[in-house]
Formats: sequence, structure tokens, C-alpha cells
Amino acid sequence: MNDYVNEVALAEEPEETLSMNPRKFILWLFIVSIIMIFAAMTSAYLVRRAEGNWLEYEIPSIFAYSSGVLVLSSLTMHWAYIAAKKDNFNALKLAISITFALGLVFLYMQFQGWVALVDEKVFFVGNPAGSFMYVFTGLHAFHLISGLLVLVSALWAAFRIRIHAKSLNQLEIAATYWHFLDILWIYLFFFLVYFH
Amino acid sequence: MATIESNSPAVAHADVHDHHEPQSFWRTYVFSEDHKTIAKQYLITGIIWSVIGISLSVMFRLQLGFPSMKMDFLRPILGTWIDESGKLDPDFYLALVTMHGTIMVFFVLTAGLSGTFSNFLIPLQIGARDMASGFLNMLSYWFFFLASAVMFGSLFIETGPAGGGWVVYPPLSALPQAHKGSEFGMTLWLISMALFIVSQLLGGINYITTVINLRTRGMSFSKLPLTIWAFFLTAVLGLISFPVLLSAALLLIFDRSFGTSFYLSEIYVNGEALPNVGGSPILFQHLFWFLGHPEVYIVLLPALGMTSEIIATNSRKPIFGYRAMIASMMGIAFLAFIVWAHHMFVSGMNPFLGSVFMFLTLIIAVPSAVKAFNYITTLWRGNIRFTPAMLFSIGLVSFFISGGLTGIILGNSALDIQLHDTYFVVAHFHLVMGAASAFGLLAGVYHWFPKMFGKMMNEKLGYIHFWLTFIGIYLVFFPMHYVGIAGFPRRYYAFTSYDFTKNIFADMNAFISLAAIFTFTAQWIFIYNFVNSIIRGRRATQNPWKSNTLEWTTPIVPGHGNWTGEIPAVYRWPYDYSKPGAKEDYIPQNVPYSQTLESNLPHENELISLEKEIEAQNLNDQFKQPH
Repeated sequence: MNDYVNEVALAEEPEETLSMNPRKFILWLFIVSIIMIFAAMTSAYLVRRAEGNWLEYEIPSIFAYSSGVLVLSSLTMHWAYIAAKKDNFNALKLAISITFALGLVFLYMQFQGWVALVDEKVFFVGNPAGSFMYVFTGLHAFHLISGLLVLVSALWAAFRIRIHAKSLNQLEIAATYWHFLDILWIYLFFFLVYFH
Repeated sequence: MATIESNSPAVAHADVHDHHEPQSFWRTYVFSEDHKTIAKQYLITGIIWSVIGISLSVMFRLQLGFPSMKMDFLRPILGTWIDESGKLDPDFYLALVTMHGTIMVFFVLTAGLSGTFSNFLIPLQIGARDMASGFLNMLSYWFFFLASAVMFGSLFIETGPAGGGWVVYPPLSALPQAHKGSEFGMTLWLISMALFIVSQLLGGINYITTVINLRTRGMSFSKLPLTIWAFFLTAVLGLISFPVLLSAALLLIFDRSFGTSFYLSEIYVNGEALPNVGGSPILFQHLFWFLGHPEVYIVLLPALGMTSEIIATNSRKPIFGYRAMIASMMGIAFLAFIVWAHHMFVSGMNPFLGSVFMFLTLIIAVPSAVKAFNYITTLWRGNIRFTPAMLFSIGLVSFFISGGLTGIILGNSALDIQLHDTYFVVAHFHLVMGAASAFGLLAGVYHWFPKMFGKMMNEKLGYIHFWLTFIGIYLVFFPMHYVGIAGFPRRYYAFTSYDFTKNIFADMNAFISLAAIFTFTAQWIFIYNFVNSIIRGRRATQNPWKSNTLEWTTPIVPGHGNWTGEIPAVYRWPYDYSKPGAKEDYIPQNVPYSQTLESNLPHENELISLEKEIEAQNLNDQFKQPH
């Protein structure tokens, strides 16, 4: 019995029984929890809106432009991924840096969006229609800042050549999270446009 | 076990891991990433919290049972909350009720129960070296510790801790000027709960990832012990529902501190109109109970999972209806999300909607009845060994049934008009959720104590503890049903308005209070036994309960990494007890069918050929991967 087990164990090359790296799996579960936060928020929005006494206002156009910036940053993030796969380190560093910069631009535009809202006399304190707008954008911005931190650590790893074609996990995690934040914003934006 | 050895020579490369040298005191016992240490940290914090939480309930039971009592003797603890005439401050009474609920539901029965046993048992029972991320696991405990510190601190501030009930409904909780319990104590409550939610999410994410990704060879989902199924489903429930509570709390924080009107509308305080318009307090109830109801099962499911395991082991019988047990837990977990509005029948909701939620609520009786039936049929004609853990598990079944039956009454939206917010509700959920889960927790401690500390607990003290607690809990909560049907509302400081509250039921309330004090006193037997057994307990053997699951194949006190050498592979389900033809009345999961030819069933003989395949699978050994 002993020998028999040994033979089998040694003869066979260990094969991957898992579908996913645990860290990536953790990220996906983390994303689920963020989805639930926003699902709760958007359903609260709908429930509250159905009760009437709802302020109607124009959504500042800058939010549409900022959405474009964020989509663009997703593209550069994907460029970083392709570069890493080809071990093209200069392009990798450049692409992550551009993504990071676009993230900052997005945050600045969101802030300008708030300024535009204030100009429209839509305040954080007041009718919940306006308050929800600030909460959605603010909460998303908060998560985007966490995404920027993930990007910084990926950039740091890229400079120390710890991201390359054979070690993509960290970059893949950063990219998944970044794309998720992008999709989350697009969802929120169209939600707000459709139900404002 | 011959198998464990037969696997170990294959581990020539097991010593790849070399950076796990003995660590400093701080890293070993305080900021530990080892799941067993974190589990013990959760357990001990949970025990401390339960003592605090139950003492608070004894204090308000004194007020309820003996309204004219002079409580000067409590002044050393409560200070000015006892006024000159020796009366308990009414504001502080509300704070006591609120903190009792918060502490027991979240800090004891969520963190103390899941935190302890999910952490301890998941890696040990699925055959993993540790959790998927030891760091996140450590973070989870320390977020819980921070939440605990904030909540504990709120007990001592001048305006007192939060006092709006553990459900913190706005507008009461949203307006600091509303009452003392909504002032700084409420702010601390929200901060503490936000930290607590982060802690639970970190923990839950880890549990799910570990169960899915780090099972040992052969440990398919259909071979998982029911404990792991329960912990897994609990973590899924938490992952989906806690973020919703976070959202609700966040909007409440904005209302409290920034002046928004999510939950506030047209309110007058002291004759003065507040500026808030357009909010909806019912919105909070929807968000809160979307967590709040799953939370009931977050508390209960781990207890059900552990007692399934304990009852099968100590009945020396396979669990009856293993798949039905899993299916009913899944059913309960699913239904948990679509019944929340039964907490809001009298909030002015559409009666038709109420009847939909009533229907969904009553469906929960089906999977619950399946579970109760399976418990009883597992016990039926079993070769029962009445260990303390087994007694507590049977006690859980008793509470689960007697408390569950009143759930059918309360789930009815018409009856709820009478029963809503009365002591009938209090009696119901204390039996089915509070006492049942607490018994699951106690059963778990008695059963896995040998694995946690390498010592045995004193059985005699365990028996005394069980009988006093079991009788005490029924003495507390059975009469409470009558008080509730009579119409006593919960959370009231005193009942002085009506003759029936003043005279007829006063003696029953006094009786309940005496029973509560009696039950609380009995818990010190457990605490004495727990501490004393850690220090002076009899040394445990490797498998004291002759159990089948993997944790009993580890060394008596498992070190970092749990198994020395290779992690055992798994060939069979965990409930091969008293199998006809077998040499002993249990066959652990890691014994292959090829070694038990005398007891194999025909289809199991066919599985022998698959053993090679199982053994050839990649062992997902964390110690062999860079981490």
C-alpha cells in the first residue's frame, strides 16, 4: 500500500485542481460586497423616489465627460496588462502611470461636478434627490481612491520588475478592480440619468 | 490510522517552507495570523462580551421584576444612573436594553460564534494549513477588537450608550436632541458597528475563499462536514447582507451629523420644526431588516451546523438526511433574503404586500421542520453518549422546536397586529435564536475544547451547567409568552398604567427576573470550568470523541500548519458511524475504501479504483507555495 501510494504521488506531476488563485477569489468576493453596498443604495433611491416629493434637476454634463475619462483609463489599464504579458516594461510603467493620472483627472472632474451641482442649487443637505447624488458620487470616489492605492502598489511592483509575463497576479487583480470601478460608475451614471 | 502514515513519505518536498520559524510573543499570541490563535481570541473576547451582555440584562430584569426595588447596591457600577432614591434612570434602562441586544446579537453570537468556530474548524475540517489569507484574518479580529473597544467605551460616557433599541430606528436615533440615548453614545454605536461590519466582511470573505479553494484532495462539496456547509452559507449570508447595513448606517450618519434628510421628514421637537423634509423613516427599516433578517440565520446556522456534527458523532449514527440538511440550510439561507418585511407588518405597509411576506415567511417552516426531523431521526435508536456537548446539542433541538413554533404564530401578519413588539416576540427570538445559538456555542466549546487546548473539560461540571442552564432558560422564556399575549410591550421601563400590568402579571415578571438571575449565575460554572480546564484539565487524547472529521487526525495540539507532514486525503463522507461490518463504530474520512473491504457497500467497492486519482490530485498546500 505504502509503495503504491508513493509511486502514484511521485509519478504524477501535480496538477492544478483549483480554478482560481485565492487572492483573486478574495477580490471577487470583495467586489460582491461593494456591489451589495451600491445595490442597497440604488434600491433605497428607487424606494424613496417612488414616494414622491422628489426634486428634479439637470445632471451636470461634466459627469458625462468624466465617464469618458474613466472608460479611457480602463483602456490604458488593459494596455498595461498586454504590455506586462509581453514583458514590455517601459510600456507597462507608462500605461499604469497614465491610468493613475486619468484616475486623478476623473476625481477632479467629479469634484467639479459637485461644484456644478452647488451652482444649480442642489445641495448635499436638502431634498434626498440631491443628497443621493452626492452619496453615490462620493462613495464611488472613495472606492476609486482605494483603486488608486492598488494602482500605486502595482506601479511600485512594476518598477521593481515584480510584474512580468510569468507573474501577472498582482496586475490582474489591479486591473480587475479598476475595470470593476469603471463599470460601477457607468452603472451609477446611467442609473442617475435614467431615474433622476 | 495507517493512512496518515501511508501518505507521509510522499512528502519529500514538504519542508520547502522554511520561513515559519518560531515567532516573537507578539506575533504568536497577539497579532497572530494563525487561524487557531485568532479563533481563541474571538472565543475569549466573545465570552467577556457575553458576561457583560448578560449582566446588562440582569440589571434591567431587576427593574422589570421588582419595580419598587432600591438599587443602591448597583451604584458602585452604575454611579449616577441610580438616582438618590435608589431608582434606575429610565434613560439608562433604554440604554441597557439596547446594549444587551447589540452585544448579544453582534458581538457574542455573530463574532463570538462564527469568529471562533469558522476560524477554528474550517481549515481543520477541510484539510488546509490555514485560512486563505492569514493577514486579512488577523485584520478581521483587530477590527472586531476596535469595534469592541468603541462599544465598550460608549458604556462609560456621560450621556450613556445608544438607547434607541438595537435596531436603531430613525427618527429617534437620527436626532441627537430626541433623548439621551441618541447623543454621543449613538455616534459611537454607529462607528463601532461600521468597524464591526468591516471585520465581519474580512472574516466572511476569508471563510468563503478558504472553503472553495483550499480543500484537501478528495474533499468534494458532497463530503464536507455539515459544520463547514453551515459556516460557508453563513459567510455568504454575511457577505450579501452586511454591506446593506453599512449603507443604511452611512445614510443614518449623514442624517445625524450632516443634516441630510434620508430618513427625516417634517419633525417637531419641543414645538420647534426641524428643517428636514422629504425623508422616509420606513426606508431605514427596509434597509436594516434586509440585513437584520439574514442576521438571524448568521447567528443560528453555525450553531445548527455544529450540533449536526455533534449529534451524529455522539449518536454513533450517520446524520439522517445529509443532503436534505444541506438543502434545507440552502433553503433557509435563500429565504432569509426575501422575508425581511415581516418585521414591518405594522409599519403601514400595503396589506397585500404583507400577505406575500407572510407566505414567504411561513415557507421557512418547511426547511426548519426538515432539520428538526433529521435531528430527531438521527437520535432515534442511536447509541447515544450523553457528553456535555451532546446535551447542549439536544437542548438546541428543543429550543429550535419550541421557539420555532411561535415563529409560525408571529409570521402571521394578522396576529402580528396584537403581538408586535410585545414580550411574545422577545420570548420567541430568545428561544429560537438566542438560546439555541448560545447552546450551539456552548456545545461547540465542550466538543472542540480538547482540540483547542489539548485538555478535557470537567464533565460533571458540564452536566450541572447544562441542566441549570436548560431549566433556567425555559423558566425565563416560557412565562414570557404569557406576558406577551397579555399585551406587555417590550422596552418599557415600568408598567404602571393598567391594573393588569400592575397587579396580575407582576408576580410573573418577578419570577422571570429570578429565573434570569439563576441562569446567569449558572454560567459562572462554565467559566470556572473553562478556565480551570485550560490550566488543570485532564490531558486530551488525539480523538476523544471517536469522531470522523479531519481535525482529529492532527496532533493533539496542532502547531502552525496543523498537520506535520502531508495533509491527509479524504475518501468518504464524514458520517460513517456504526457501519455494519466495520471493526470499530467509526471510520474517519481519511481511511480509504480499500482498507475497509469488510464494511464497503457495492458502490463503495467501485470507488476504490478512484482512490489513485484522488491521491494523484494536486495537494493545495499553502506551505508549498510562496506566500
